[in-house]
Amino acid sequence: MADREYAYYSGCSLEGTAVEYDISVRRVMEALGIRLSEPEDWSCCGSTPAHTVDHLLAAALAARNLTIIEKMGFNTVITPCPSCMMAFKKAHHRMKEDIRFKDEVNSLLDEPYNLNVQSKSALQIIIEDIGLEKVKERVTHVMPDLKVAPYYGCILNRPPEIAQFDDPENPLSMDKIFTAIGVEVCDFAFKVECCGAAYGVPKRDMVNELTYKILSMAVDCGANCVAVACPLCQQNLDLRQQQVNIRKNTSFNIPVLYFSQIMGLAYGYSPEEMVIDKLVVNPDSLISSRITLSQWNEMKAREAEASKAKKKEKKNIEKIEEET
Amino acid sequence: MRVGVFICHCGNNIAGTIDVARVAEETRKIPGVVYATTYMYTCSEPGQEEIKEAIKREGLDRVVVAACSPRMHEMTFRRTVEKAGLNRYFFEMANIREHISWVGEDKEFNTRKAIDVVRMAVAKVMQNRPLFSSSFKINKRVLVMGGGVAGMQAALDCADGGLEVVIVEKSQSIGGMMARLDKTFPTIDCSICILGPKMVDVAQHEKIKLYAYSEIDEIKGYVGNYQVKIRKKATYVDWSKCTGCGACMEKCPSKNAYDYFNFGVAPTKAINIPFPQAIPKKAKIDPNYCRQFTKGKCGVCAKICPTKAIDYEMKDEIITEEVGAIIVATGYSLIDMDMLPEYGGGRYPDVISGIQYERLLNASGPTAGHIERPSDHEEPKTIVFVSCAGSRDKSIGIPYCSNFCCMYIAKQAILTKDHISDSQSYVFYMDIRSPGKGYDEFTRRAQEEYGVHYIRGRVSRIYPKGKKLVVRGADTLLGTQVEIEADLVVLATAVISNKDAAYMAEKLHISYDTFGFYVESHPKLRPVETNTSGVFLAGACQGPKDIPASVGQGSAAASKILALFSGETLESDPAVARVNINACVGCLKCVKTCPFGAIKEKELRDGRVVADVIETVCAGCGVCTSTCPCGAIQLQHFTDNQILAEVNALCLI
Repeated sequence: MADREYAYYSGCSLEGTAVEYDISVRRVMEALGIRLSEPEDWSCCGSTPAHTVDHLLAAALAARNLTIIEKMGFNTVITPCPSCMMAFKKAHHRMKEDIRFKDEVNSLLDEPYNLNVQSKSALQIIIEDIGLEKVKERVTHVMPDLKVAPYYGCILNRPPEIAQFDDPENPLSMDKIFTAIGVEVCDFAFKVECCGAAYGVPKRDMVNELTYKILSMAVDCGANCVAVACPLCQQNLDLRQQQVNIRKNTSFNIPVLYFSQIMGLAYGYSPEEMVIDKLVVNPDSLISSRITLSQWNEMKAREAEASKAKKKEKKNIEKIEEET
Repeated sequence: MRVGVFICHCGNNIAGTIDVARVAEETRKIPGVVYATTYMYTCSEPGQEEIKEAIKREGLDRVVVAACSPRMHEMTFRRTVEKAGLNRYFFEMANIREHISWVGEDKEFNTRKAIDVVRMAVAKVMQNRPLFSSSFKINKRVLVMGGGVAGMQAALDCADGGLEVVIVEKSQSIGGMMARLDKTFPTIDCSICILGPKMVDVAQHEKIKLYAYSEIDEIKGYVGNYQVKIRKKATYVDWSKCTGCGACMEKCPSKNAYDYFNFGVAPTKAINIPFPQAIPKKAKIDPNYCRQFTKGKCGVCAKICPTKAIDYEMKDEIITEEVGAIIVATGYSLIDMDMLPEYGGGRYPDVISGIQYERLLNASGPTAGHIERPSDHEEPKTIVFVSCAGSRDKSIGIPYCSNFCCMYIAKQAILTKDHISDSQSYVFYMDIRSPGKGYDEFTRRAQEEYGVHYIRGRVSRIYPKGKKLVVRGADTLLGTQVEIEADLVVLATAVISNKDAAYMAEKLHISYDTFGFYVESHPKLRPVETNTSGVFLAGACQGPKDIPASVGQGSAAASKILALFSGETLESDPAVARVNINACVGCLKCVKTCPFGAIKEKELRDGRVVADVIETVCAGCGVCTSTCPCGAIQLQHFTDNQILAEVNALCLI
């Protein structure tokens, strides 16, 4: 049964290159009792291709979607893609701060946007509206081999005055979620480094260099996979890994999963349901050791008993040795 | 009544955006005004002569000068009219500069506004009454708040000038920040070696009374007669018995107390003497760490103390001191490194602040002067200094420069080379600010003789890589990104005001700026005075400043007090509240609202109770006049009639 209902704006990436992000977020939200309503006739969010050309028209694109959501009667929209979220947040912020800008944007729209919709990332909804208690409750499976480097990217929580979520320099939301679902998190220093974003097209070398740094840091901190919350980050780290290997003469083979895929696996969804096979670097070896929580607990209990028995035995031996 | 009005051009300051001739012309039409003229610089000597002559020539009995703010020249012109034989309160100032010509660009509008303001001043001056100040006796003792170098200098100068001085220092020892420094720029002389003798002088001077580990609870009174309540905080050691032998500190089993003196570089004992040269050199217990307090049993120090000075039952003690003037020298604080998450401040042990590094360099510091990384106690070879760590950073609300970091970073980089000859230091900087005498030569020396690498640019991120820290920043001269693998990173953390600065300012009735620094009376011409007479400023409580500037201000504040106390009495300001006993109904609401406690009840001979103002305590704020239900209490020179005359002049035309 759904506890809450939110508007859900997937955006273009989640219909194409990041379809696994879309599917995994939807399933995880369902598992957490969240119902998602997709706005009818949504359009481009007005991110990079638009705002690099014209701020006003970019804001109008964002506001158009927000108007639809407003009319649906929602005051919050979940936007898993950080680019969409930032496009929405920026348009909303500027329209709120600058009445003239608001009027200009609204004059381009069929129906005005009245500033009643808050955009939140899926992460923000999970942390702020659902809470870690519930996140933990829902866990059915354990992945003992996973060592995650949580990678947040540049705009999920920045600029802080617009993002209004998590620490801008050392974000912890993903760390907390993984800890709650029992996945090991590495102390990753490059949580908010730039991945090169859309420069992968015009300046591939530069992006390869940046990706190289992030992957190196992930390996150095002991991680065997990277968790992301952004389709573009995922693409640059996963799809371009082979490019990096060729360019930098490295042999990276580190899977890059969406945080929602990891959550879904912990919630008992199959790798197929989480569309794991869409990933370029195959994470099968890491997740094949997945066992159910009860199996895990049994195993732990057995281990504890074994170590107890071992101690006892050791004590006995000591005793015998003493006696002799 | 014959009013004369003098309208000042103030060069182009006023005449540039106000048609002063027209103001004069319109002023002449006001009933009562018999003379109105304009003058280039009314405050100049010939300008003042012109006023005096006009008073005689035109038989003026009231004078209005339309010029700058009364803060600037009201006293000047009061003296002028007094010299010409008028009561000094028969003078009014119309502020047409700060309030009009400097803030408005429309000349026509400004001129009309100036005419209105002059008309108000004329209406007021015609209602003015002659007032006479009386003189009162003063207590020639001085309170110095804060025993850092500025406060010590001020205290010594006052005491050498023959005044009795009371120093209140909130920490255990005097010396302040300077006592923590290793060497001082640009001469590299040992900080405590030059400060130590001064500290001893303070302790031994027969005119100076020192209250260490004490705070100000309450300040009452006015210039010449303050009553100050001082809270001597409990040290749990009887300082009259403590000899400073340090035996207690050696034996104390609680070894993890936070060391405030060393800014937490290493832990200290729960009972401690902060540093060898401390004055007074007495031990103090930190009850947050002492086992006797946290666990209820221990008592090791009480057993070991040869003079039986330990007293776990000690309570705070309140002492009242009477003084005539106050020097505020409460110093500054530094931002917490947690405010700089991009530099890993507070997360990575080998990212430390400048003052912490100072303690590592210091021979009497926790490492006995050996530079060690906090994480593994290894000697660092590559050290990166980050200047402006928080300073000049609007995003964290500190837009100002912290004044002395450029210099101490250069000093620390030089000292690093002296300590570790095969080390390499890097300095990331925005600008090298070294305007003092010998300062620029010093920073050049760091670069040229000591091989310190100066990189012009900001650091964007510091992250760990194995045992090292990678400092990533921009080199804006090369136009490239640089990454340096450092063993130790030193952040020149921004200077901020003390946490309780605003609270203290309210106790002292002095102003403070957005950042909590105390505001001087005039930024150029009255740098150590405040707008509260009798209260003076010295050192970094007024804004970040280095040692020479702090010492200079300490001496300046002392000289101001010596001048103030050169006579036996001071003149009171007659612009205070006065009660009309015929109208007073004795409700005594004014007694409750007076923020200065200047009103008390008085019984008349017929048994009637009325309010009575203690003239010397009244600060003339006027709160009582707006409280009084029957208009019986009136602030002289700002009576209801005088203010209503101004309002009428503005509104009834």
